[in-house]
Amino acid sequence: MSEIVAPVFAQFSFLNRMKRGVEPSEQQDGGGTSDAVKKKSLKKSQKQRRDVHPEEEGALYWECLPQEILLHIFQYLPLLDRAYASQVCRRWNQAFHMPELWRCFEFELNQPASSYLKATHPDLIKQIIKRHSNHLQYVSFKVDSSRESAEAACDILSQLVNCSLKTLGLISTARPSFMELPKSHFISALTVVFVNSKSLSSLKIDDTPVDDPSLKVLVANNSDTLKLLKMSSCPHVSPAGILCVADQCHGLRELALNYHLLSDELLIALSSEKHVHLEHLRIDVVSENPGQQFHTIKKSSWDAMVRHSPKFNLVMYFFLYEDEFGPFFRDEIPVTHLYFGRSVSKDVLGRVGLTCPRLVELVVCANGLRPLDEELIRIAQRCTQLSAIGLGECEVSCSAFVEFVKMCGDRLTQLSIMEEVLVPDHRYGLDDIHWEVSKHLGRVWFPDMMPTW
Amino acid sequence: MVVNSVHWFRKGLRLHDNPALQEALNGADTVRCVYILDPWFAGAANVGINRWRFLLEALEDLDNSLKKLNSRLFVVRGQPTDVFPRLFKEWNVTRLTFEYDPEPYGKERDGAIIKMAQEFGVETLIRNSHTLYNLDRIIEMNNNNPPLTFKRFQTIVSRLELPRRPLAPITPQQMHKCHTNISENHDQLYNIPSLEELGFRTEGLPTVVWRGGESEALERLNKHLDKKVWVASIEHPRVSTCSLYASPTGLSPYLRFGCLSCHVLYYNLRELYMKLRKRCSPPLSLFGQLLWREFFYTAATNNPNFDRMEGNPICVQIPWDQNPEALAKWAEGRTGFPWIDAIMTQLRQEGWIHHLARHAVACFLTRGDLWLSWESGMKVFEELLLDADWSVNAGSWMWLSCSAFFQQFFHCYCPVGFGRRTDPTGDYIRRYIPILKDYPNRYIYEPWNAPESVQKAANCVVGVDYPKPMINHAEGSRLNIERMKQVYQQLSHYRGLSLLASVPTIQEEAEPPMTDESQTSSGPDSPPKPPDVDTAGCSTAPDSSTMGMSSFTVDNTALEEASLPQNEPPTTISSTSTDPMTGQPKPPSPMSPSANVAPCSGRSNSLGPRRKSLTRKARWNQRQRGRQNCTTAVKEDRKTDEESRDITGTSTITRHVPRKLVDETYHPAPVENHDTQSHTPQKAAYL
Repeated sequence: MSEIVAPVFAQFSFLNRMKRGVEPSEQQDGGGTSDAVKKKSLKKSQKQRRDVHPEEEGALYWECLPQEILLHIFQYLPLLDRAYASQVCRRWNQAFHMPELWRCFEFELNQPASSYLKATHPDLIKQIIKRHSNHLQYVSFKVDSSRESAEAACDILSQLVNCSLKTLGLISTARPSFMELPKSHFISALTVVFVNSKSLSSLKIDDTPVDDPSLKVLVANNSDTLKLLKMSSCPHVSPAGILCVADQCHGLRELALNYHLLSDELLIALSSEKHVHLEHLRIDVVSENPGQQFHTIKKSSWDAMVRHSPKFNLVMYFFLYEDEFGPFFRDEIPVTHLYFGRSVSKDVLGRVGLTCPRLVELVVCANGLRPLDEELIRIAQRCTQLSAIGLGECEVSCSAFVEFVKMCGDRLTQLSIMEEVLVPDHRYGLDDIHWEVSKHLGRVWFPDMMPTW
Repeated sequence: MVVNSVHWFRKGLRLHDNPALQEALNGADTVRCVYILDPWFAGAANVGINRWRFLLEALEDLDNSLKKLNSRLFVVRGQPTDVFPRLFKEWNVTRLTFEYDPEPYGKERDGAIIKMAQEFGVETLIRNSHTLYNLDRIIEMNNNNPPLTFKRFQTIVSRLELPRRPLAPITPQQMHKCHTNISENHDQLYNIPSLEELGFRTEGLPTVVWRGGESEALERLNKHLDKKVWVASIEHPRVSTCSLYASPTGLSPYLRFGCLSCHVLYYNLRELYMKLRKRCSPPLSLFGQLLWREFFYTAATNNPNFDRMEGNPICVQIPWDQNPEALAKWAEGRTGFPWIDAIMTQLRQEGWIHHLARHAVACFLTRGDLWLSWESGMKVFEELLLDADWSVNAGSWMWLSCSAFFQQFFHCYCPVGFGRRTDPTGDYIRRYIPILKDYPNRYIYEPWNAPESVQKAANCVVGVDYPKPMINHAEGSRLNIERMKQVYQQLSHYRGLSLLASVPTIQEEAEPPMTDESQTSSGPDSPPKPPDVDTAGCSTAPDSSTMGMSSFTVDNTALEEASLPQNEPPTTISSTSTDPMTGQPKPPSPMSPSANVAPCSGRSNSLGPRRKSLTRKARWNQRQRGRQNCTTAVKEDRKTDEESRDITGTSTITRHVPRKLVDETYHPAPVENHDTQSHTPQKAAYL
């Protein structure tokens, strides 16, 4: 048994008994999918051969499988199955170690005390670093809420010296545990990757203590290749830090950050001639303390952005108290996806209808007790791209809602309205509104329900 | 031949509409009503004092009613498997009757008892009365899977014949025919234990808010119906502040213990509606609560892992945090959010909270704020909530934590705003958290924001007299909505920007009707057949954005399609369709303008089939279970050994979604959208 296969088995030993369950379901459900088809056709061709030839020749057949076909098959197998297969013969064992199969890896770092999920076995991690770290290209780390897991991720990161990553993702699956690490410790691990991987293209480091100097290292080494940067809620980065990235990395197409990092200068930099078209910009607007004052972005900066990247998506998530919306939606803003994670006033929603002509999706978690009738109708009139809407704790009269749907018609591909939102009136009751709405949508529609128990 | 019957009460603690009890009496020479209870287990079990008190009161009431019929309740101490052989011999029992228990644990227990009774030559008669419908029939009508959406469930129910009509209460004449002598020392041998005997300390126990028992249940039923007439909105009552308080017309605990028959409630509501509305058939929404109960019972009946995430094929695997301290704060009402704390206090003191209050605290514990597992919340409810049914409790928790049943997760209740919306004055808070009683309305939902002078004037300084909020809700909900999105995008294989489109579309509604074609468009809940049945999930191109990050999504998802990630060229397609030269991205999401051109092409597009196969997958798993379990239908009268073994023996291993194994090993993720495209188009993407 190869030294790396053992840890694979160790990791999955608890699941071995379940293996039998895998096969029927894959056959059943993978019916339309090409890998299952391949498997089937392979089986079939083997079978056909067997029908023609004696048993021994059939046995010879798989040994002669060309390496690239073997590789192709292996790609579709889960790690554990590859490990099993690797024990069949020397060639299969060689195939198991082919670099192509180790380009992508996801390290799952969980502690039994803080997570219900299994972790990547430590021996497997060791073996990967030893034998396959130079093959790794697409790497992500999923860590639970414990500091130990975040530390373990950093330990692995700092050992990735002889590889060239294209993507790196640091994902906190529960609490932002990277934030609990000493900043210097985290930064030194992260910069190992920045320095050694010269062609980093995608980087997802939300909720981490990354800072301006480390972004400078990123820019110095990867400015030509960086295309995606997600760094929502990284409190140690300043507007100047992100501006430096935007100035240097002209290939940047996707960017996610918090509102306090957004500046007119940043938008101007992203819409400079040298810069490629931006595809997605995601902004989280979170208030740290109640009554916080937010700066404004000039309409001219947004206009520049739209001129430069006419098709870019602006995704904004608001987590604000109602009285903090003062500076927002005063001027036209090219937002496409709008999510109000907390209560938003009727007044602000009225402004949304006036200032967001590019709006595609609108989600309102909560609003006051006054019906949003006029606001919705205005949005239907003005936001001609709107195709998705979700309403949580709001109120809308049934008639206004039907009118809204009628105006939008079948472009509303997503329509998620809690049943309690709809206030029956003289025209429609709750038991017949879905007929009317379904009619205008051209498909069956029902309001969302919550258990009443 | 002499017929000596024993009716075994478990749930169904009533004499009205009790078909199994009627069977016990039918032609019997003697009949004894027993309740089996193990006081040793009582203290250890995860059941709080309020629930025990309710149960004991219900037994007391039952005993009193039986006394009036010249009979008694026999409360026997011990475990059923130990007790019955003894009773069979001692009383020369020939017939054992009990109400069908549709829950997996109950089916297993009953299977063993049926087998044992057979060995003793005792006939067993089992009747369904805890649920309105025969659950196995619903499952059968849904192609042998429990429906996974409430809508689908309603559609099926609307095609079923009406539930059985309730039976009359036991009459003295009936009882007289099978009169059984009660021994002198009955009260020593078979008395109802006290709370003390069960190991509870009763000093300082608050007065009872919900008195257990059939008599109380029937009184409440009358008031309940009167109130419905009074408020004149019997179908959709609006929620108001007073809804939050325990109502003298509340019925849920009585349905839970079977002090009230759901059939009786059903027919009373139906008749009331027909009287008031003069329409022939009432809408299903009239029976909202009752149907939710049936829905969860149906979903759980063949799923022994219904109450947990692991090994539960309908439960999305979500990487919940573990944090005993935070859990304790929530359970004991010390979160620092008055709205949450008041609800938890009410729950602990009285044993009941309004369903919106349940939503609030469940959302707070799980996907809203604390990101703790719904299982831990479910256990707390199981201890404290009078109406906590195993199936309904677990099902509601999965629902509220967005762990199953395919709902949108964007709707996250704010622990400040939601309360204020429901009860603007905050009197509910003042009642359950008296220390905050002098806070002005403005701050009562967020006392930490009150100026110090206000806090002092109210004699309650936050951080000293009342805890500070344990979490920053804005920050917590921001994090959690991202986590949910990760989980759900993985589940739906959706990579776009749309939050709403992240939730997989379940295709149940789109399925062709199974039986009565004529009813499909005439039922109250089936709208006209639309041109295209389900385009909700359609999207022309997965988005390139997040797709670049496809490997970043959490992939511990139970419903995830095993074979899909590997051959998911669509993920790369969208990147290939991004022309790197011109930088012209493809429309990023179904939401994007150009996607509007043909929104109905959902079925043939790249995402459609994938979503479908997700459903198919879930369904397949269920079908497997269905096959294993459907034999345990309600014709249990003659349940064979094999069948009972079938209940117990449904191996969790085969049902455990094997995909999990795949998820943990294979990482689909051709993360790189831009690079892969330029060199090795497909291969590189998956390596």
